[in-house]
Amino acid sequence: MEIILAIIVGLLYASGIYLMLRRSLVKLVVGLVLLGNGVNLLIFLLGGLVRGKPPIIPAMDRVLGEIYADPVPQALILTAIVISFGMQSFAIVLIKRTYIVLGTDDMDEIHTTEEEDD
Amino acid sequence: MLLAVLSGFIVASIIPLIGKWLKGKWSVVMTMLPLTLFVYFLSLIPSLPADQHLLASYNWVLTMGINLSFLVDGLSLLFALMITGIGVLVFLYTSAYMKGDAYLDRFYGYLSLFMGAMLGMVLSDNIFTLFVFWELTSISSFFLIGYKNESTASRKSALIALAVTGLGGFFLLAAFAMLGTIAGTYSIQEMIGSGDQLKEHPAYLPIMVCLFFAAFSKSAQFPLHFWLPGAMKAPTPVSTYLHSATMVKAGIYLLARFTPVLGNVPEWNNTLLIVGGFTMLYAAFHAIFKKDLKEILAYSTISALGMLVFLLGLGTSEALLAMLVFIVVHALYKATLFLVTGIIDHQTGTRDTTVLSGLRKVMLPVAIAGGLAMLSNSGIPPTIGFVGKDLVYASTLSSEGFAIIMTVVAVITNILLLYASVLAGIKPFAGKLPSTLENTRLPEWRLWLPPLVLGIAGLVLGFFPHILEGGILGPALNALVPSAAEFHLQLWHGFNFVLALSAITIAGGLLLYRFFKPGTGASAILAKLHKTSPENIAHLFNRNFRVFATRWTSVLQNGYLRIYILTIVFFLTALMAYKSMTKVVVSVNLNKVSPLTSTELVVMSILIIAIIYAVYTPSRLSAIAAMGVIGYCVCLIYVFYSAPDLAMTQFAIDTLTVILFVLVLYRFPNTSTIQVGRSGYVTVWFHWFLDRWLPS
Repeated sequence: MEIILAIIVGLLYASGIYLMLRRSLVKLVVGLVLLGNGVNLLIFLLGGLVRGKPPIIPAMDRVLGEIYADPVPQALILTAIVISFGMQSFAIVLIKRTYIVLGTDDMDEIHTTEEEDD
Repeated sequence: MLLAVLSGFIVASIIPLIGKWLKGKWSVVMTMLPLTLFVYFLSLIPSLPADQHLLASYNWVLTMGINLSFLVDGLSLLFALMITGIGVLVFLYTSAYMKGDAYLDRFYGYLSLFMGAMLGMVLSDNIFTLFVFWELTSISSFFLIGYKNESTASRKSALIALAVTGLGGFFLLAAFAMLGTIAGTYSIQEMIGSGDQLKEHPAYLPIMVCLFFAAFSKSAQFPLHFWLPGAMKAPTPVSTYLHSATMVKAGIYLLARFTPVLGNVPEWNNTLLIVGGFTMLYAAFHAIFKKDLKEILAYSTISALGMLVFLLGLGTSEALLAMLVFIVVHALYKATLFLVTGIIDHQTGTRDTTVLSGLRKVMLPVAIAGGLAMLSNSGIPPTIGFVGKDLVYASTLSSEGFAIIMTVVAVITNILLLYASVLAGIKPFAGKLPSTLENTRLPEWRLWLPPLVLGIAGLVLGFFPHILEGGILGPALNALVPSAAEFHLQLWHGFNFVLALSAITIAGGLLLYRFFKPGTGASAILAKLHKTSPENIAHLFNRNFRVFATRWTSVLQNGYLRIYILTIVFFLTALMAYKSMTKVVVSVNLNKVSPLTSTELVVMSILIIAIIYAVYTPSRLSAIAAMGVIGYCVCLIYVFYSAPDLAMTQFAIDTLTVILFVLVLYRFPNTSTIQVGRSGYVTVWFHWFLDRWLPS
């Protein structure tokens, strides 16, 4: 299982970077999302995989009794997910704005910060 | 003492507040600042016996050993008096010369700033304080050269001057850092004690080179001299004050100050001799071909600075005395000539020597000042210039080895300088007054008094040279050579070889002036030579560097995001690959791998397929749908491995992202309804999938 997950993480990284290198702005953001997912999975994998033992203390007990999943990577990932959502939605709105102003989402046509003369 | 040094800065910072008031007729009041300081420094002379000095120290950056420690010995007092003394006259002169200028207050601010910086520099004992003040003089010089900021040439000259002197400052810092580390102290006085240790240290040569570079850039020695003629774009008071009398002597001061610490080593002396000797010949030769009064003076200033460096290179007690006298002499006559030039420019509107003549009829006091300065410059008795020149010849003659060559070089330079001084000090006033200049009037007293005072001072000091020797030159020489013998300055030494040399110089110069007229042929040759001059090389370097920088930038900053990403990813991957190949041992422990269930296998297969689909699909919307699928699959993986909170968040956010995307992309072209439907179908299918497996 861990091996397949590791391969998937690699795949997510590769496809994320590949999409970021494309000319389309939309593809760029999709690539960013895939890369983010890859990173989250990697951190998750590093914490060790524990099946069906969430780190939740039952209502009766005061401490966790048996083996449970490490909550620290989960907390990290939770933060990462939320932050990346903020960034993604900003990027999406930015794409829309770019498209309205420039009429294109091809990055080769918008690679200058100068205003064009025409 | 601290107040004396900082007063320039204090005044400069107050000026913006009282600027309006100052621009009117009250500008003369500014003269009080240098005058007060001049009197203060004069009052220090009696408390300065030959072998003693005053030290005042204030803590500044304690932890780094950087103190505001000021040292008054003969050398620094000589410079301080020069700075404030000429400052008085320049401030007075400015109030009339710049009358009605819109930014007169600003100008005075810069001048005060400069004066403060210069005083701080010559009085500092701590090398880093010295460095700070050194840089401040460069900066205030930049502001003053670029004062007429609406002129392109003026801005350009200011930049060149700042670039050259700033580069020098960089080398100075390097030299000081090395010096301070090796000597273990930042105090120059304490360094003198460890001078021998410094001279034998392997880092001696780098220190020397850096120090020379700094001094040569400031004092306009070949090949770093070219900023000085450009700096003449500044208003004349600035040229007088900074670029002839004081700032350019900062380099000389630096060399003189470190002579007791690092001097008397063959490399030190020979480098100074060669650079100084070449500069004085080169610049004097150039001076005689110029037609603009200010340019003539600029080149003759460079030449005089070359002579000072040359004398420092000789390094004997006699030569150093000659240098000290020559500093005073030069400051007096060159300031006079510059002020006279300023008056001529101010009154007639031209500085062309071929046009100007006969001005003595309309401005006699100025003509007298010019004539006195020329006499002093030419070393004609009974001026102080004669005393100075005598000392120069005496010291070249008595030097060991190559005495003849050195004397010949000095004589030729002086002949050429004499020619230049006649051109600047006599020619505009002699002869017939052309009709075009007949309307010229004598300016007000604030303009003609300062040069006259300086000219007369040169004459008085010539008659009574002992005014200088006991009070100030003795301690100054002692600061350079602790074991210096007693000396007496004299106007008349009797008939000897030195006098003969002086006679040759004067006769040669006058004959040259009588018979030599720079023709067009000579100018053409000079124009050819200009191609190989350091100035031109620096310009070429500057231009090519800019072209190179533009190209380099367009390679690195090409504006294509994917190139940036590619570069970053490539280097990151390369780094990690290197690290993992050299240091990391990769091993897979198959025993600890958790088993794979069928549902997980299905989810992962879907995940992989979705990834591949997202990459290869040509449609934007399908790519987004695939992205949603990937998100949900990741969500399921969280579910399987005991992270329910992550799963919930991932689910919510993935849904939101996809919706947002679709809403935005709805406006984009190339999105057919089929694609929307298909991705909608996929999404719905995954909803079902999620619902199905979530309870387990």
